[in-house]
Amino acid sequence: MRISLFVPCFVDQLYPNVAWSAVRVLEGLGHEVVFPAGQSCCGQPPFNSGFWDEARSAARVTMKAFRDAEVVVGPSGSCVTMMKVFYPDLFKGESDELEARELAAKTHEFSSFLVNVLGVTDVGAKFEGKVTFHDGCHGLRELGIKSEPRALLAKVKGLELIEMCEAETCCGFGGTFAVKYAPISTAMDEVKCASILKTGAGTVVSNDSSCLMQIRGMLEKEKSGIRSLHLAEILASK
Amino acid sequence: MATQASDFQSLSRRYTADKGFRAFIQKALGGYYKKRDENKANFRDWQGARDLAAETKYEAVNHLDTYLLEFEKKITARGAKVFWAPNAQAARDYILEVAKENGVRSIIKSKTMTSEEIHLNDALEKEGYGVFESDLGEYIVQLRKEAPFHLVFPAMHLTRGQISDLFQKELGSEATDEPEKLTMIARDVMRRKYCEADMGISGTNFAVAETGMISITENEGNARLTTSLPKIHVALLGIEKVLPRLEDLSLFLPMLATAGAGQAMTCYNTMYAGPRQPGEPDGPEQMHVVLLDNRRTELLADAEQRDALGCIRCGACLNVCPIFKNIGGYSYGTTYGGPIGSVITPHLRGLRDWKHLSAASSLCGACTEACPVKIDLHHHLLQNRRNGAKAAPNPLEKIAFGGFSLMMGRPAIYRLATTLGRVFQPLQGLVNGTILDPLRAWTGSRQFPSLAQKSFHDQWKKERGGKR
Amino acid sequence: MNPGRAIILNRIREALRNNPAPRPHTSHSQAEAAAGHNGHAQREWLPKVGAMLHEQIELFEKISEGLKTECHRVPTMEAAREVLAKLASESGWRKIASHSHRDTDALLEGISLPVVRTEKGYAIDDLESCDAGVTGCEVLVAQTGGIMVSVESAGGRALSVLPPHHVVIARASQMVPDLTAAFEHVKRRYGKNFPSFMSFITGPSRTGDIERILVLGAHGPKRLTLLLVA
Repeated sequence: MRISLFVPCFVDQLYPNVAWSAVRVLEGLGHEVVFPAGQSCCGQPPFNSGFWDEARSAARVTMKAFRDAEVVVGPSGSCVTMMKVFYPDLFKGESDELEARELAAKTHEFSSFLVNVLGVTDVGAKFEGKVTFHDGCHGLRELGIKSEPRALLAKVKGLELIEMCEAETCCGFGGTFAVKYAPISTAMDEVKCASILKTGAGTVVSNDSSCLMQIRGMLEKEKSGIRSLHLAEILASK
Repeated sequence: MATQASDFQSLSRRYTADKGFRAFIQKALGGYYKKRDENKANFRDWQGARDLAAETKYEAVNHLDTYLLEFEKKITARGAKVFWAPNAQAARDYILEVAKENGVRSIIKSKTMTSEEIHLNDALEKEGYGVFESDLGEYIVQLRKEAPFHLVFPAMHLTRGQISDLFQKELGSEATDEPEKLTMIARDVMRRKYCEADMGISGTNFAVAETGMISITENEGNARLTTSLPKIHVALLGIEKVLPRLEDLSLFLPMLATAGAGQAMTCYNTMYAGPRQPGEPDGPEQMHVVLLDNRRTELLADAEQRDALGCIRCGACLNVCPIFKNIGGYSYGTTYGGPIGSVITPHLRGLRDWKHLSAASSLCGACTEACPVKIDLHHHLLQNRRNGAKAAPNPLEKIAFGGFSLMMGRPAIYRLATTLGRVFQPLQGLVNGTILDPLRAWTGSRQFPSLAQKSFHDQWKKERGGKR
Repeated sequence: MNPGRAIILNRIREALRNNPAPRPHTSHSQAEAAAGHNGHAQREWLPKVGAMLHEQIELFEKISEGLKTECHRVPTMEAAREVLAKLASESGWRKIASHSHRDTDALLEGISLPVVRTEKGYAIDDLESCDAGVTGCEVLVAQTGGIMVSVESAGGRALSVLPPHHVVIARASQMVPDLTAAFEHVKRRYGKNFPSFMSFITGPSRTGDIERILVLGAHGPKRLTLLLVA
């Protein structure tokens, strides 16, 4: 299959290894991966703050970049939610509404793509250690992704998955919320990190880099010694 | 100058800093989660029940005039008076008029958030009426001169020690740390009040159009007593509370109990079809039903968010909201807090002053998942943000996102900007966490990541060449 | 007629005119559910109740006992009288309240305690000082472990809630499977002439308002006893 890779803007700038991991996994399964260079940002930040005209400007760049794509895969529940769930709302009544709907239909989140489209759970990965999984809210509640990451992690050799008690509780990132309402965001981060620590796991994994930025940010500041990795990075480990 | 938004910021800052308070709230909710899940599992299909509840409320709200008229016709046929109050003032004035005309001296109330919304107690007390809250939680916050903390559990933020101190101070009772003894103190006080009151004011959970009844859900029995002994019963309800049929209650009563309190059914679910009928041994001689609009029709007119009028005030969304759990009910500064409050308050009290409640959310969607009538809560928060940005955009945000869209709308500019960002990043490192740090809202509590040496875009270009 | 009525109705009609709201996203067919349950779609989703009377009685007992209702299954009215007498002496009742009703009359036959009767009206303080209120009921609801009372079946509104101990005398034939059936019963019995009050009582009064800790006997009766005659 010819897979067009969508790389969220902060993965592009802050965590390129996450994108490379996704590429390695998909190529390792024998597929062709292409990266349309014209992409910038899915438009979620202005969209979430209510500036929908501004969001459309960014979204149109994304739509253009993937116009000819057969299938689009992105390692981010929140950006894929933007494209799959919110582009139809954002472009309702606009001249390019149909194109937005088409993009929505052919875009998939990385773990969902592996399990539900490719029908794969064992990608031949190896990762020693105790791991706990944080369900990013967009992926969980907008895209219904819950079992897919767990099915994939179950097949990683040497990995022991321990569920945390607040796996589905929001980490408190929420985009600009994290700085606009920093005390609340911090409080939510504290609850999440306390839950992670309680599991005794050495690594926390998520399918959303924005969540990981929030969680890692506090775990590192508190010098907890716990690693934070994206699911793609685990699946690319050998 | 203090605004609602700045009050919210300072209150939420205060409450989130209090780790003991947050832990207490979390503990109080822990038992609820367990029981709620047990009762949900007992349903043959909780999701099927939610679908039916959502469709029933859709039917009711989208034919609101029809069902209100049917309700009015049936209940007035049995001697109840129905008063339509376009706003809070009209409702207060009517209730005061009823009290005055009937020489009322003492008023007892059962739980009604609608009366909080219209500030009824203040209006009654100003005219010299003694008003007693009979619901234990409401009684406690009334004595403390506080508003209810939560839609369903008004005093959940207080420890037994605080309640004991309160009773000692206000009632002269003995100190005790046993919830049972504290409850009995309140019970004894209230028994006299029930027997002496001339007017009982209640809320309404559901108004049934088909049979002309109001339905009240409770655990304590105080609403039953409020509506049995005094000679006048005033029932207050928002116009959106009407349900089409009596048998709709067979779905809504268990769902309200499960979602709201983690119970299969609450202790008392009572249907009132009018004042005392000929031949009945007791009950109020007069029943007045006050139907309150107070800008609900504005929410009705917003077709996108109309489903928010389906709310049954169960509080399930508050119970799962990570924002609510960390900031508590008082931070919202308005009658209805939590996710539902954040959705409807801009409609009921003005978008400009209250849109910040919709912004103070990470949009996790736990509320929408929990709502028994499937209100699209977290998406309505997004819609409020959009409406707010159109009507009264924050000028700094408008500029920032204008710049953002300029940058992201032109990938070449985006590339340039981020390359420059790498040049300036070490400067941020110098002021990291200090007052000069533009990122200090983040870096105060969390490490901020550094920009990767090379973006993925540049790395791909280098490694994969022209392959696009 | 108050002017607010026309104002509100106009506002509603304006709000709804040519302004349709999106239907809720649902995935369960209520039409199918309704077809499978004689028009009562909710039965497809609410907790399951057995069709046989003995299953329903067992379910009722299990649930209501979990909620601290004291259930006594007795073979005859005579046996019910014995249980009542025992209750009265153990609790030290000095005065009770009741109403005239086929089952309460039979239950209280020959009782030596003073009984305040409510059906023709009563003094509040008289009722308030009773140790127990004895009533009949409309139906028993298996699905919820609830007892449905009404003005006629429970001697008015206050008798079943003001005294600190509520005793209900009922027959097994009064058991219905669920709330839907309870409402059907009420409609069949009363037609359009509903009593002004009816209530589902599901256990003794309780509150969780202090630290969400359960306490029984908040304002209503602290004890609820059911005497169920076969």
